[in-house]
Amino acid sequence: MKRILSKHATALALAVAGAFGAAQDVRAQSSNEIFIPALVYRTGAYAPNGVPWADGFVDYIKLVNERDGGVNGIKLAYEECETGYATDRGVECYERLKSKKPVAFSPLSTGITYALTDKAPGDKIVLITGGYGRADSVDGAVFQWNFPIFGTYWDGADILVQHVKKKGPLKGKKIALVYHDSPYGKEPIPVLEALAKREGFELIKLPVTHPGVEQKATWLQVRQQRPDYVFLWGWGVMNSTSIKEAIAVSYPRLQMYGVWWAAAEPDVEPAEQAAKGYNGLAMGHSAEHDRPIHKDMIKYLYDKGKGTAAKKEEVGEVLYNRGMLSAMMTVEAIRKAQEKFGKRVVTGEEVRWGAENLNIDAARIKALGVDGMMVPLKTSCNDHGGAHSARIHTWDGKQWSYTSDMYTSDPKLLRPMIEASAKKYADEKKITPAPCGKAMTASAQ
Amino acid sequence: MNAATSRNLTIAFFVLLAGAAISPMVAGPAKFPQWLEVVLGGLMSGVLYSLVAIGLVLIFKASGVFNFAQGAMVLFAALSLVRLMEKMPFLAALAVTVAIMVALAFLIEFLVLRRLVNQDPIVLFMATLGVAYFLDGFGQTVWGSDIYTLQVGMPKEPKILFENTFEGGILVSMEDVVAAVLAAIMVGALAFFFQKTATGRALRAVADDHQAAQSIGIPLNRIWVIVWSVAGLVALVAGVIWGSKLGVQFSLSQVALKALPVVILGGFTSIPGAIIGGLIIGLGEKISEVYLGPMLGGGIENWFAYVLALVFLLFRPEGLFGERHIDRV
Amino acid sequence: MIYRETGQFKSTYASDQQLFPIVQDRWFVIGVVAFAFVAVPFLASEYLFLAILIPFLILALAAIGLNILVGYCGQVSLGTGAFMAVGAYSAYNLAIRMPDLNLIVIFLASGAIAMAFGVLFGIPSLRIKGFYLAVATLAAQFFVDWLFARVKWFTNDSSSGSVSAPPLQVFGYGIETPAQQYLFVLAFVCVFALAARNLTRGAIGRAWMATRDMDVAAEVIGIRPMAAKLSAFAVSSFIVGVAGALWAFIRLGSWEPLAFDVNRSFQLLFMVIIGGLGSILGSFLGAAFIVILPLVLNQLPTWLGIPLSTAMISHLEIMIFGALIVFFLIVEPRGLARLWAIGKEKLRLWPFPH
Repeated sequence: MKRILSKHATALALAVAGAFGAAQDVRAQSSNEIFIPALVYRTGAYAPNGVPWADGFVDYIKLVNERDGGVNGIKLAYEECETGYATDRGVECYERLKSKKPVAFSPLSTGITYALTDKAPGDKIVLITGGYGRADSVDGAVFQWNFPIFGTYWDGADILVQHVKKKGPLKGKKIALVYHDSPYGKEPIPVLEALAKREGFELIKLPVTHPGVEQKATWLQVRQQRPDYVFLWGWGVMNSTSIKEAIAVSYPRLQMYGVWWAAAEPDVEPAEQAAKGYNGLAMGHSAEHDRPIHKDMIKYLYDKGKGTAAKKEEVGEVLYNRGMLSAMMTVEAIRKAQEKFGKRVVTGEEVRWGAENLNIDAARIKALGVDGMMVPLKTSCNDHGGAHSARIHTWDGKQWSYTSDMYTSDPKLLRPMIEASAKKYADEKKITPAPCGKAMTASAQ
Repeated sequence: MNAATSRNLTIAFFVLLAGAAISPMVAGPAKFPQWLEVVLGGLMSGVLYSLVAIGLVLIFKASGVFNFAQGAMVLFAALSLVRLMEKMPFLAALAVTVAIMVALAFLIEFLVLRRLVNQDPIVLFMATLGVAYFLDGFGQTVWGSDIYTLQVGMPKEPKILFENTFEGGILVSMEDVVAAVLAAIMVGALAFFFQKTATGRALRAVADDHQAAQSIGIPLNRIWVIVWSVAGLVALVAGVIWGSKLGVQFSLSQVALKALPVVILGGFTSIPGAIIGGLIIGLGEKISEVYLGPMLGGGIENWFAYVLALVFLLFRPEGLFGERHIDRV
Repeated sequence: MIYRETGQFKSTYASDQQLFPIVQDRWFVIGVVAFAFVAVPFLASEYLFLAILIPFLILALAAIGLNILVGYCGQVSLGTGAFMAVGAYSAYNLAIRMPDLNLIVIFLASGAIAMAFGVLFGIPSLRIKGFYLAVATLAAQFFVDWLFARVKWFTNDSSSGSVSAPPLQVFGYGIETPAQQYLFVLAFVCVFALAARNLTRGAIGRAWMATRDMDVAAEVIGIRPMAAKLSAFAVSSFIVGVAGALWAFIRLGSWEPLAFDVNRSFQLLFMVIIGGLGSILGSFLGAAFIVILPLVLNQLPTWLGIPLSTAMISHLEIMIFGALIVFFLIVEPRGLARLWAIGKEKLRLWPFPH
């Protein structure tokens, strides 16, 4: 009897302690730091790609604190929140971290970006979605708080078609899009369909259900239809599975092109040498290990044992660089805000202004130590992307190397689509677009 | 519905299925090689599903527990093997992994099964679900959550046969053929174990009737440990084959969900059912995805297997070879 | 001593059959509900609303729906996520295509659509039992996952497949601040919990329980199995559909089909099992447990002072989750509701031993 009572008493005590503990508000952030949380995934089907990105992001913030003593003397605080690429967990993380007064969020998931796009304006938090997110959020008049820095999937799709067009006219050819069946994978479809009509090629859409380990039927269809090119829009373990299945049906890797999220080391290394010839979009940068910034990372973080990545070799990998650049742009936005509003802890509103007025020119790129890893970037109210260029890099079995010049996406094709989609969103949500001045001209992009 | 109607409907179902499978051929003999590739690919996939399903059936037969943790066991076994292989040669790693799986079986029987004797089947099912979650988390804590390449010497490049007879030839994945052969060997070994060894006979006795087996002196607890160990070994084989194909990573445990329609179709208590069910599900899935899928926008693989199993259940609620369920009022 | 019923005499059948026959019970429940409606909106922080109370209430509602199906009627269902998705997308389509409809009407109508869907997928239950039925419901789950990802009409031709709810308002009052959202959800949950409790106490509830305990015997004494099982599916899917619409509109705001995938179904089943099968209070307790556990686990490293990576925390969460489920099933297979009932039993005698 006593044992049963004590068992039940323990359970009850656990429950009460739990309830009490969970109700504690998260402790308030130190008032002298700028808080930048990162939504990451270090577990689940997308972890192989999420981990290097997270490491790069966090490492850069640590570096700014270590090497520079913060941004103009104000230190940065960060916190990782595990989302597992699941939208509802991302929303949960956002709600939980909101009370710590973050200035900018990096959701690292197009699905979570969609969910947070509605909430961020009300909470005055900037969403920096470097190389992902809503393609129409380039239109800063409607999406005042979203910043798809470095480019969107519509840019990527257009650039890929530009590149394959160089190999020969596309009329009558077939292009297959093997995509992740999620908002991320579906993003390029409108642009590809428009281009299919214009250039005369046939677009074959092959969705792959999350998590993407079952692709045999998909690639049997690819083998049957024999497309001239395959565009891969996958993420996480889907990428390596796609490449392996392509090998299994003998589809030439030379004709495969992955978007910048489907062209990194975790995707090709499982297939090792057999993946040789696989191409991908390089969003300005590839796998560079030897720029001044990487040297700084090693010197200030890894040599002192403060690095985030498990292995020093990860510094400079494709996704590590991307996380690092994402953090870098966030910090630049903060710096810009401090220039105008005062060198103190800036608010979300001020950082938003900073993000909207970024002007990273060639000199600044060199000063930041990322020479050759990005193109000059200039955001404005009309263009929250800032840059819309990319080039192709190819895997040779051991490393990535650039195999094309820099392309820029075609504003004549994309801008009307962006504005139409943004307008649809504004009507649905009853948002009044901000007055941005004249619509952009081609030169401003 | 009496036995005769049920049998007739089953035959009708299979005729329909065969007809649907062959129908793409109507498009013309030029499409034959592609159709054959899809059929072969489907049968191979089916073999892989059966591997996981056999583990499920083993445990259900002997202890009446629907082991939802089979997928997690596949992942755990594969993870242990691949990480151990980084430190020791293949055979040593294999031996250690086998030992780990047996230890796991011990622990599960001691900590979970023994305390839940005589509970509702739903409670036991939930307990295995809890074990599955625990194994998932534990495996990744100990071994990490990256994708690990499992090199066991499986051929990666496909073989193209009959290139002269058919345009483009018929693609046969050598990896899948090796997997099918391995699976056949394993089933043969299991059959030998059950029929010829004393332990195997004891297992069959327990599967038949727990109380009768106990009354002739068969120790139930030990039998359960043995069954779970054997299921663990089956999981290891499945883990090696799946891991070599897909890379050893977290999503491997989701593959186990695909084994459920297989067990339904074949019956929860029959190993031949698991194999035949696997072949049917694999075949049905691939044919539907390649030929029906484009009409519906693609991606129908996931639910087609379940719907197929569901339709089959409607007129044969115990599956193809399952035991008839007798309700005592 | 505190809880005994001496001195409480019933003089009418109505008072004997009422929902909370013991005065202490009645006052306690009224007190809790009054506190929830009146005091909590002023006392709770925004974090408490958004992270704990609102998800707890909505998931408790879904758990009530699932409990009716699994706990009261004994039909194991692993496809609850699908019904929530149907409710959510129906509500979205109604809100977008008929924007003048009252929000409450939209939610109830989405529940009705989920109900029709539930009855359809409940038809196999007339032939299939036990685990076979559980796996058959997975067919519903995966089919719905695919349906809302593929058919563009449901997502209003959104190119990304992601949809978001329009700004909410009912009878002129906006539902924007967390306190307003909380009150709105609380009202729904109270009404539905009361309705469910009364249903399970009535003839239908008894028919369900008879079907659960021994369906052949139930049929023999005249309970029609088709009516019992299909009504259980209907009522359950209605409630789960409304919960799904609430989850999508209020909790998420913007969602995609994967928000209602098979993990959500398992989560609800855990809530029902841990809370207690066949008990409305159990649904609440189970939902509270499942909502609070990850938050506690996340805070654990800071309390213990051990720095853990987010990956490790995530893995620990899953491990502890699994271990706790097994622990609860061993210690008290009838769930937290049973613990509560035992507590009340003890309170009747305390401080006396017998």
